[in-house]
Amino acid sequence: MLGRALRWLMPHPFLTLLLAVVWLLLQNEISAGMAVFGVILGVLIPWGTAAWWPDTPHRFRLFKMIRYSLLVMWDIMVANVQVAWIVLTVPNAKLKPAWIVIPLDLLEPEAITLLAGTITLTPGTVSADLSDEGHSLLVHVLHTEDPDAVRDDIKSRYEARLKEIFS
Amino acid sequence: MSLEIIGTYATALFLLIGSGFALVGVLGLLKFNDSMTRLHAPTKVGTVGIGALLLASMTYSYVSGAPSMHELLIMAFLFVTAPISANFIAKVNLHQRACDTPPAPPRDDTWSTLKSPEAEGDIPSGNEGS
Repeated sequence: MLGRALRWLMPHPFLTLLLAVVWLLLQNEISAGMAVFGVILGVLIPWGTAAWWPDTPHRFRLFKMIRYSLLVMWDIMVANVQVAWIVLTVPNAKLKPAWIVIPLDLLEPEAITLLAGTITLTPGTVSADLSDEGHSLLVHVLHTEDPDAVRDDIKSRYEARLKEIFS
Repeated sequence: MSLEIIGTYATALFLLIGSGFALVGVLGLLKFNDSMTRLHAPTKVGTVGIGALLLASMTYSYVSGAPSMHELLIMAFLFVTAPISANFIAKVNLHQRACDTPPAPPRDDTWSTLKSPEAEGDIPSGNEGS
């Protein structure tokens, strides 16, 4: 009974949490009043817009997601230095751009969106398109000697972790 | 060395790193010669370049005694929106055939951007009749 009431009140609990944190960051101060108001907003906004978000992921592991975010941030910094080096030192004639196709094991749209975003944010790869039934992701690589290695790296480093987060 | 001096130097360092990456991003945009490789340059400016500039802003706000956390929000919104715009530009390139044709996907028919009613012959292309 209580569980159903809570689910009716908060259809997206993580969105509620996120909205409350965003509200506190916007206010630039942490006080009890602001926290309560943030939670009120966090309940009202998902409740009012629930009609436009009918589906929720079955499971979502917050702590694994936080660890994943830290890993991605580290990768962004390392990859940025690598790509800056490519821009400055590799002449255009020697640049080897490539398309790679990543067969997806993920099924949830939220997970595929996160994977595509991660691929674009790590410089040197841009996710360009999804196949018409959503089983593969098309990725453009700026410079690589071995496209298959890039594909395997993305699958083992990011997709496997996302699979754990949403399983 | 007081905390204030260290903070000032840290701010300057972050500003230099941020503007350095922005410069490299612009160089890449000018240097590469086809639209898909050019797309890679702005994704760099959007992440580490802006990130370091915002970090400089945060450091400075703490040193000057008016701490601000807004920069974290700016960074979060940038990280959410930057891949979308990059994806749209890539899709436009694919749609206009402005790049090498990508390999076909292994399990499905085609890429969703390349799948159009004209390509499948359902409706005639508008250019031929005029």
